[in-house]
Amino acid sequence: MTLQNRRQFLATGAGLVIGFALPMKGRAQSGAAAVMTKDGVGAATFAPNAFVRIAPDNTVTVMIKHIEFGQGPFTGLATLVAEELDASWDQMRAESAPANDDLYKNLFFGLQGTGGSTAMANSYTQMRQAGAAARAMLVAAAAETWGVPAAEITVADGVILHGDSGQSASFGEMAEAAAQQQVPVEPALKNPSEFKLIGTDRPKLDTAAKSNGTAIFTMDVYRDGMQTVVVKHPDVIGATVISFDDTEALKVKGVEAVRQIPQGIAVYATSTGAALKGRSLLTVEWDMSKAETRSSDQIYAEFSKAATRDGGIVVEETGDSGTAIKGAETLHEAEFHFPYLAHAPMEPLDAVLELKDGKVEMWMGAQFPGIDRGAVAKTLDVSGEDVTLNVMLAGGSFGRRAQTIPQIGLEIAAIAKAAGGDGAWKLVWTREDDLTGGFYRPLTVHKLRAGLDGDGNIVGWENTVANQSIMLDTFMDQGNSGGKDPTSYEGSTNMPYDLPAKRVNWVRMQNPMSVLWWRSVGHTHTAYATEVFLDELLEKARKDPVQGRLDLLSSEAGRHRAVLERVAEMAGWDGEKVKGDRAYGVAVVESFNTYVAQIAEVSNVDGLPRVHKVWVAVDCGVAVNPNVIRAQVEGAIGYGLGTALFNELTLLDGGEVAQKNFDTYRMLRIHEMPEVEVAILKSLADPTGIGEPGTPPIAPAVANAWRALTGQAVRRLPFTAAGA
Amino acid sequence: MTTFTINGKDVTVDVEADTPLLWVVRDELRLTGSKFGCGVAQCGACTMMVDGMPRRTCVTPVGTVDGSSIETIEGLEGPEVAAITAAWEGLDVPQCGWCQSGQIVSATALLREIPKPTDDDIDAAMAGNVCRCATYVRIRQAIHDAADSMEG
Repeated sequence: MTLQNRRQFLATGAGLVIGFALPMKGRAQSGAAAVMTKDGVGAATFAPNAFVRIAPDNTVTVMIKHIEFGQGPFTGLATLVAEELDASWDQMRAESAPANDDLYKNLFFGLQGTGGSTAMANSYTQMRQAGAAARAMLVAAAAETWGVPAAEITVADGVILHGDSGQSASFGEMAEAAAQQQVPVEPALKNPSEFKLIGTDRPKLDTAAKSNGTAIFTMDVYRDGMQTVVVKHPDVIGATVISFDDTEALKVKGVEAVRQIPQGIAVYATSTGAALKGRSLLTVEWDMSKAETRSSDQIYAEFSKAATRDGGIVVEETGDSGTAIKGAETLHEAEFHFPYLAHAPMEPLDAVLELKDGKVEMWMGAQFPGIDRGAVAKTLDVSGEDVTLNVMLAGGSFGRRAQTIPQIGLEIAAIAKAAGGDGAWKLVWTREDDLTGGFYRPLTVHKLRAGLDGDGNIVGWENTVANQSIMLDTFMDQGNSGGKDPTSYEGSTNMPYDLPAKRVNWVRMQNPMSVLWWRSVGHTHTAYATEVFLDELLEKARKDPVQGRLDLLSSEAGRHRAVLERVAEMAGWDGEKVKGDRAYGVAVVESFNTYVAQIAEVSNVDGLPRVHKVWVAVDCGVAVNPNVIRAQVEGAIGYGLGTALFNELTLLDGGEVAQKNFDTYRMLRIHEMPEVEVAILKSLADPTGIGEPGTPPIAPAVANAWRALTGQAVRRLPFTAAGA
Repeated sequence: MTTFTINGKDVTVDVEADTPLLWVVRDELRLTGSKFGCGVAQCGACTMMVDGMPRRTCVTPVGTVDGSSIETIEGLEGPEVAAITAAWEGLDVPQCGWCQSGQIVSATALLREIPKPTDDDIDAAMAGNVCRCATYVRIRQAIHDAADSMEG
C-alpha cells in the first residue's frame, strides 16, 4: 500500500501526530533528576528526551522505537541521532524501546508500530531533532562550565571543543552538566549538504552480537521457574476443540500440565523437548463447523468466477475503457493466480510472559507492541500500566509480527490465564505451527484485459482483483475506509504509465482464512500481474520492453524513468532479450514511495528459471546508509525469488494445509542466489522505505525473461506449480 | 544420564535419551547461540560441531552423543572461526541474525576442510543452511574473504 493510504487508515483524527514535540520537554526546569535516569546502564545517564541516553562512560545509546529484525533501524536511527549530535560512530549504541504508544509512536501511524517500510521515513526529522537537542544541551553545559560563549564551541567526532581556550570534553564528561540545561524545543538541524555520517557506509551496530551467538532473541529468554509451552493448534484453520485426551502426554517426563485454551491444547513442561514430545502424544477431536474446509482449487475457482469485469467496486477509473477496448485492433486477456503464502521468519513466533503480584512483564518481537500489550492486559484483567513489554530482536518477520489481530499476545495471555496464578511461561511455535497457522499473504486472482490499436498503442486497460481484505474489520479499520482496502490492490492502481482509458475493480472475498501483509503487501501480486501483462502487450506490439516502458511513463513518473534508464545502462540493455542460453527481463515498480527497477538474467535449468544476475537501480531518497540499502535489496530479491520459484501454501480437500515444513515449503538456498548489482540514485528527497521495495520487481522480471527464453507465459505462481 | 564435552567442558545431563541435543544445549546448558528453525534438519540454524563435524542438532538425540565432543558458536576456537567472524563483521553479513550461528559453524567446518574453497565448494558446504533474509551474497563473499585473510 502507499504510505499515504496506510497513514489514512491508521489516523484517528486526533491520534495522528505529524508535528514533533520532545516528549520530556521542560522537565529540565524541575531539576537534573528528571533528565538523569538509571535505566539500562546502572550509572546516572543524561536523557534529554525519550530517545537519547548519554552515559558517563561516553556511550550514546539510542532507544529505537522500531523493532529490529534485520532491516536495520538500530543502525539507521542511531545514524540520524549521531549525525546531529556530531558523535563519533564508535560511541553509538542502540537499544529497543519498550512498548509505549505515547513516547514511541510511529508518527505516520499514531501508535507504536513498524510496517510499510516507514521506520526511516517517519523518524528522519524526529531522530535528528532528538540528536540536535542533546547536542545543544551539551554545548550549553560546556559554555557554562568553561565561561565562554556557546557560539564559540564546536562539536565534532564526539568531542566538545572551545578552540580559543583549548578546552575540550567528551560527551560523557559533560553529561551531568548537560542534564541541568533547558531542553530546546526546536533545535536547528543541519542542511543535508553538511551531513558527515548520513550518506556513507556505516558498520551495523547489531552485527557483532549476531556473529558470535550473544544476540538475545525472545526464544533465548529464560526466567526462574519458567515453563515452556507448546500448543496443539488445529490442522484446519478455524477448527475448534471438542475434546482431547492427554493421558499419554502427561506420562512424559517434564510435562507438568495440559490445559485447554481458546487457541487449542497447551502443554506446559520444564523444557522444550518435553513439551514437544507431550504435544505429539495428544489426541484431539476438532469441531470443523467454522473451519475453512475448501481446497485451494475450490477457492481459486470461486475467486476466478467472482473476478468479472464488473465485479466488486471500481477503485480507479479514467476514460471509457470498455468502449476503447471494444474498438481496439487487438484484444489481449490474461488471468493470474497467486497462492496463499507464509512469511516463514527463521525464528518461529514466540513470547515470554511473567506474572507476579498482578504485574506482567513480557518479552516478544512485536511490530505493534501496544496492541499485544493491550490484549494481554485485557485477557489477564490487569491495567495496561501493569504490563511491561520488552520489544526483542526478532529472527525475521516480513510482516508476520505486524498482527492485525494480536495472535501471539492473546495466546501467551491465555496460557498464563489458564495456569491460574503467578508464574512464567515461554510460548514456542514450531515451523509446523508457523506454516499452518494462517495469517497468509492473501490468495489472489487478477483478470486483465487490454486493447491495442493498429500501431500497437494501448487504448484501454482493465484489471479486476479478487482477494480477501487485510485491514477491513481489524483495529486498523477506523471507519474511514469506505469499504476499500488499498492493501488488496495497491499497485494495480496509480500505475506510472499513461493509459488513455483505465479501470480497476476490486472484489472483496470473505473467507474464514486469516490473511496478513507479507513483505511488500499488495505489490506482491499487483507488480507481477501488471508488469508481466504490460510486457506481453509490448511484445504483441513488437516494442522493446525498456523503451516501450519509457515511452509509456507519464510526465509525473520521473523517478520511475530515472531508475529504469539507469538499470538499462548497468545491464548494457541493447534490445536483445535472448543471448545464447540466457534471457533478460525487466520490471519497474514503485512501492512505499521507493522506486526500483530490475533486470534479471535467466537461463533454463531442468525446466525452471535459474537466475544468474540481477541489476538493480533504486531511488529511496537520501541514502542514510548505502550499506544497509544494498543489503536490503539483495535480501529482498532472494526472498521474492525463492517465493516466486517454489512457494505456495495449498489447502487440500478438507482444508488441511499441505506444506508443513521446509521440506515442502522450500526456501531459496545459497546455490540459487543470483549475483546482485545495486546502484543507488543520488537524491536529496527525504528518505523512504527499503525493507520491502526490493521484492516486487524480481518475480515479474524473471517471468518476462522466462517468456522471452521459452515462450511460456507463467500466469500462476509459483513457477513450479505453473509447470515451468 | 548422558555425558559429553561441550566447548571443552565435561557435562552430564539427566534428560530422556531421545531429547534433541539442541534443546538440551539451550534449555539445560543455557547456551542459546544455536537456534531452532525447523526441527527436521532442513534449515541448519541448529548446527553444532559434533566430534569436529557439523551436525543438525534438532534431530540428534542426546543419547547418541554420549562421550562426544561438542562445539557451539559460543565455544568455537581456531584461526578459521576467527577469520570467518572477522569477515562476517567486515561485510555486515547478518540481517535478522537468527540463522547466522549455524552459518558460521558450517563455514568454519568448510574452511577447516578446504582452506581455499571455490564457489562450488561453498555451495556444497552451505546449501544446508537456510537464510530467510537471503544474505547469501555476503555469506559467499565473507567465506572467500576469510580464506584470503588466512592465506595472507
